Amino acid sequence: MGLDFFLFSILFVFLTMGLGLVVALFIRGIDRKLTAHMQARIGPPLRQPFLDIGKLFGKDTIIPENSIPWLYNLAPIACFASAATLLFYIPLGSLDSVLAGRGDLVLLTYLLLLPSLALTLGGFASGSPYATVGAQREMVTMVSYEFPIIIGVVALAWQMTMLFPFDPNLYAFSLSAFSAHLVWAEVGLFGWVGLALILFVFLLVTTGELAKVPFDVGEAETEIAGGLLAEYSGRNLALFYLGDCIKAVAMGGIIVAIFFPFNLSPLLSISGLQANAVDLLFFFVKIIIVLFFSLMLIRVGVARLKINQVVDVQWFTFSLICIVGLLLVWVDPWLSPVLGILGG
Amino acid sequence: MAEKSCTYSLPIGPIHPALHEPFLFQFQIDGERIKKVDLIGGKVHRGIEWMGMRRNPIQVIYVAERICGICSCSHAFTYCRAVEDAADIDVPERAQYIRAIIAELERMHSHLLWAGVAAHEIGFDSLLYYTWRAREGVMDLLELISGNRVNYGMLMIGGVRRDLSDETLSKIKDAMDRFDPVADKLIYLFLEDKTVKLRTQDVGILSFNDAIKLCALGPTARASGVRKDVRQDQPYCAYADLEIRAITPENFDKETVGDVYDKTLVRLLEVKQSIGIIKQCVDSLPSGDLLAEPKLVKILATLKKVNNEGLGRVEAPRGELVHWVRLQESTNLRAWKARSPTYNNVLPWQPMLIGEQIADIPIVAASTDPCFSCLDRAVVTKNGKSEIITGEELHRLSLEKTRRLKKWG
Repeated sequence: MGLDFFLFSILFVFLTMGLGLVVALFIRGIDRKLTAHMQARIGPPLRQPFLDIGKLFGKDTIIPENSIPWLYNLAPIACFASAATLLFYIPLGSLDSVLAGRGDLVLLTYLLLLPSLALTLGGFASGSPYATVGAQREMVTMVSYEFPIIIGVVALAWQMTMLFPFDPNLYAFSLSAFSAHLVWAEVGLFGWVGLALILFVFLLVTTGELAKVPFDVGEAETEIAGGLLAEYSGRNLALFYLGDCIKAVAMGGIIVAIFFPFNLSPLLSISGLQANAVDLLFFFVKIIIVLFFSLMLIRVGVARLKINQVVDVQWFTFSLICIVGLLLVWVDPWLSPVLGILGG
Repeated sequence: MAEKSCTYSLPIGPIHPALHEPFLFQFQIDGERIKKVDLIGGKVHRGIEWMGMRRNPIQVIYVAERICGICSCSHAFTYCRAVEDAADIDVPERAQYIRAIIAELERMHSHLLWAGVAAHEIGFDSLLYYTWRAREGVMDLLELISGNRVNYGMLMIGGVRRDLSDETLSKIKDAMDRFDPVADKLIYLFLEDKTVKLRTQDVGILSFNDAIKLCALGPTARASGVRKDVRQDQPYCAYADLEIRAITPENFDKETVGDVYDKTLVRLLEVKQSIGIIKQCVDSLPSGDLLAEPKLVKILATLKKVNNEGLGRVEAPRGELVHWVRLQESTNLRAWKARSPTYNNVLPWQPMLIGEQIADIPIVAASTDPCFSCLDRAVVTKNGKSEIITGEELHRLSLEKTRRLKKWG
């Protein structure tokens, strides 16, 4: 590894970061516009999130008297940093990610947890009863959505090792494995249904992961006045906001990378930089489509759940669906050929 | 292991996103469960009665209208009925019907507003927008009739100020035909949606006995199975001609529980009922005068000679509204007292809230459709600090006042 590679990596990190931020805010703008239209509103212009961020950075940052200042100020930075790190692990279209090969799905699931953990710490550090209630709720939600995600990840990795037991280069948990072998392609009917179930849960869990209705118990504006974020303002709030936007893109990106790693360039038979650009655009379009189904459509169609109902739904229902998916994926290599023989 | 109790206090209010007016709930919470609640009002007192007592009876109509922004017509209506009661004024039949139409339109928009707020409290914003779009139609209708969206200025002592032309009447009728399916859709959305059910069923239960004991009023009481409705019990104005029955969950062939779900059900069914009443009133609107006495100066002259007290009762959207006035041969009112339904519906919050979760606070608090600007009639401040007067102290003050009055006599 020479100096060239090092410099190139640094440049790539900054590029990814800048692009990620702009796209994340732009996608938030689309999210707000589409949600508004579904609710028979006009909604803000697409550039509104940029204006919001600009304004928040220009505002005073208020630190409550009975907070723990260093932890209170550290939490937003930790949230933003951990969310931004997620971007470096997700393959952008046909481009490999900056840190490709240095982390896998297990790392990603933990990185996804970090922003929420930072939020919780910030909530506890703000010293407001609303924020404390919000932080307690957020912790419980974190525990409850982590379980189905892990089951899903294990099922996917298991499928990879079962399908390609002799591939020496294959590391089952890495994202590149999923772009190399399309998960849907080599499974039978049972595996297909199992994967669809896992995808379904992943789409729903995204809402919980991003703390949006019906799982936004930690913030719950009408109940605990914004909960975790009740005391935050100015730059700190802007960092949390950015972290949230990036996390949405990252979550969408992970789902796209696992389940829909298709690229446009082979179809259009172009190559080189042009192909990369087209694939990158296509990748963002796929993210928007995934987020449309997982974030926006759910958010406008349901009421907020209570904390015990959130745990019931995520810990029991989602985990159960994931386990069924896992079992289906497991039995697929034996049962689907049988089905094929019976059908044929 | 011994059971450990570790409560912390959580204030909701005076300013909080769940409350649309200032009020303070002081909670003692254990985890997510409510152990104790203290209700502290007096945050939005504006001294409206005091203002009214310095104005002549006709000016007070407009002051009364501004007690509340939602049931504005109910306050003016009740006040007019109180003055008419004191001065023995008979209201012409046509005016009585127009009063009923306005009051029912107001009930519709108030209940739709409530339903939207309830949807917002449980985080279902799409339903809020849908409901409020329906409400906007009612507001447009009120604007068409009176020229105003909030304070209609329709009431006058002895009748109403504006007539309904044939064109307006047909428009009202068309609108009511259009509203029927919208109301059905809303009933379907609020009563069948899974997540709404999860949030409203078996939450904030007010039992029949508690509703009777704590004198709950309006939809809050009716949802607990108490058939109480001034329009049914003591029919006034046009309601005497229309057969009105108080609506309880039994009307929907549903067992009465008294939870938020039942309160939603009762309010939405009342929207349907109001549509029916308005249609009936429009169909059988009698012709005749609008006012018992069209010359305002003459009304004031008559009222100046009255030495009597009057009581007005009206079924406002939130429950029975009472106004009491005292006329004592003078230009201005001698005394004026408004008792809003929210006053009675404050105490039922206790049994409804205790034992519920923090997440239920907004929807349970909203379920009685509280109106704090209606409620707050008195606040005691001394040296910039507000005080709460206990029952014993109030008794002592009353005795002192009586003694003082006796000395003068």
